[in-house]
Amino acid sequence: MKRLDRDAMAARVARDIPEGAYVNLGIGLPTRVADFLPVDREVVLQSENGLLGMGPAPAAGDEDPELINAGKQPVTLLAGGAFFHHADSFAMMRGGHIDICVLGAFQVSVHGDLANWHTGAPGAIPAVGGAMDLAIGAKRTFVMMDLLTREGQSKLVEACSYPLTGLACVSRIYTDHAVFDVGPEGASVVEMIDGLTLDALQGLTGVPLRMDA
Amino acid sequence: MIDKSVASVRAAVADIGDGASVMIGGFGTAGMPDELIEALIDRGVGDLTIINNNAGNGETGVAALIKAGRVRKIICSFPRQSDSHHFDARYRAGEIELELVPQGNLAARIQAAGAGLGAIFTPTGYGTLLAEGKETRRIDGRDYVLEYPIHADFALIKAHRADRWGNLVYRKTARNFGPIMAMAARTAIVQVDEIVPLGSLDPETVVTPGIFVQRVVALGASVARAA
Repeated sequence: MKRLDRDAMAARVARDIPEGAYVNLGIGLPTRVADFLPVDREVVLQSENGLLGMGPAPAAGDEDPELINAGKQPVTLLAGGAFFHHADSFAMMRGGHIDICVLGAFQVSVHGDLANWHTGAPGAIPAVGGAMDLAIGAKRTFVMMDLLTREGQSKLVEACSYPLTGLACVSRIYTDHAVFDVGPEGASVVEMIDGLTLDALQGLTGVPLRMDA
Repeated sequence: MIDKSVASVRAAVADIGDGASVMIGGFGTAGMPDELIEALIDRGVGDLTIINNNAGNGETGVAALIKAGRVRKIICSFPRQSDSHHFDARYRAGEIELELVPQGNLAARIQAAGAGLGAIFTPTGYGTLLAEGKETRRIDGRDYVLEYPIHADFALIKAHRADRWGNLVYRKTARNFGPIMAMAARTAIVQVDEIVPLGSLDPETVVTPGIFVQRVVALGASVARAA
């Protein structure tokens, strides 16, 4: 049984992003999805700091400190791209104009509640950024994460113990073990890596799972 | 004759006093009006309430203001970052108050102030810690949180070009909060690379109309870009 590595997870997410989609990729792991979108598929990437049509990182020496992404890294603008201010940027999310956003997570519940902004640990300085707007605003919110923490705890849970980012906002979770759909009916397994069984997956997560035929 | 141009950054911030609320444009360092902030630090005023997306990056801009101990409260969405050490230290020491606002709510509340709205209902944050104790309402089957506008005495903004009426164009992602902060502050002070003759900005591409701007100061192209 071979778990998916980060690139394989990113490639799997990219498969589900259709031609013509307006997409926001969250900071961190989701950013990698951009590398696996086929060049002949027109997908428009939005960056919350104010651009549509975001392109890859510039060549060394071509960086512009005023052309950055949400992670504050230098990027490029593709032909057809546009700049806009912050209120318009978040209107794109809240207003339901973004088709898909892909976010990282600490925990996701079987009903699609998301926790990804704050561990709630004493002394931790909280930072939320655009996570709450993205989670509830996009037409579909995907999460990309390892299924288990380093300590082996499932991050797919019955109910989140960390502070919530949004209620019932996630529709699909891509992990290194399996892809899940979550929602009002609970969690269902879309696909699993070779060698894994539903029983074994159930054992890892500790939550009720079903597999739709 | 209307002439909003001011000779120096020092003159541009000369009436910002102790206890003022100041919106500062910029997302990270893109669009951060470093020179206006330096002039504000030189004025020696303190007890400021700062509204910005972040709580300072590295050593310049908002970080320098915090380092100098001039900030009583910060309203922002993303304080904690790898290079927010000046904020982190003051916050842990209990020397700075933090109002954490989801980024889109921050933008919407600033825009609401500029647009003269009494409040907004936003879906963002519903059911989370950041909406605790706030009024909510279900409208057409969706849950919303009541949030109030954020006003400010001043806004410090970086744009690319202005004319003497205060019309502005920005450069790339440095635009970010500039247009809405200019609307929301009683006095919007803008540093630009150059002030061009009236009529030379294409009216179809003006992003911030001069009605929202009170002062402009020309600095020449920024050091970072000239390098």
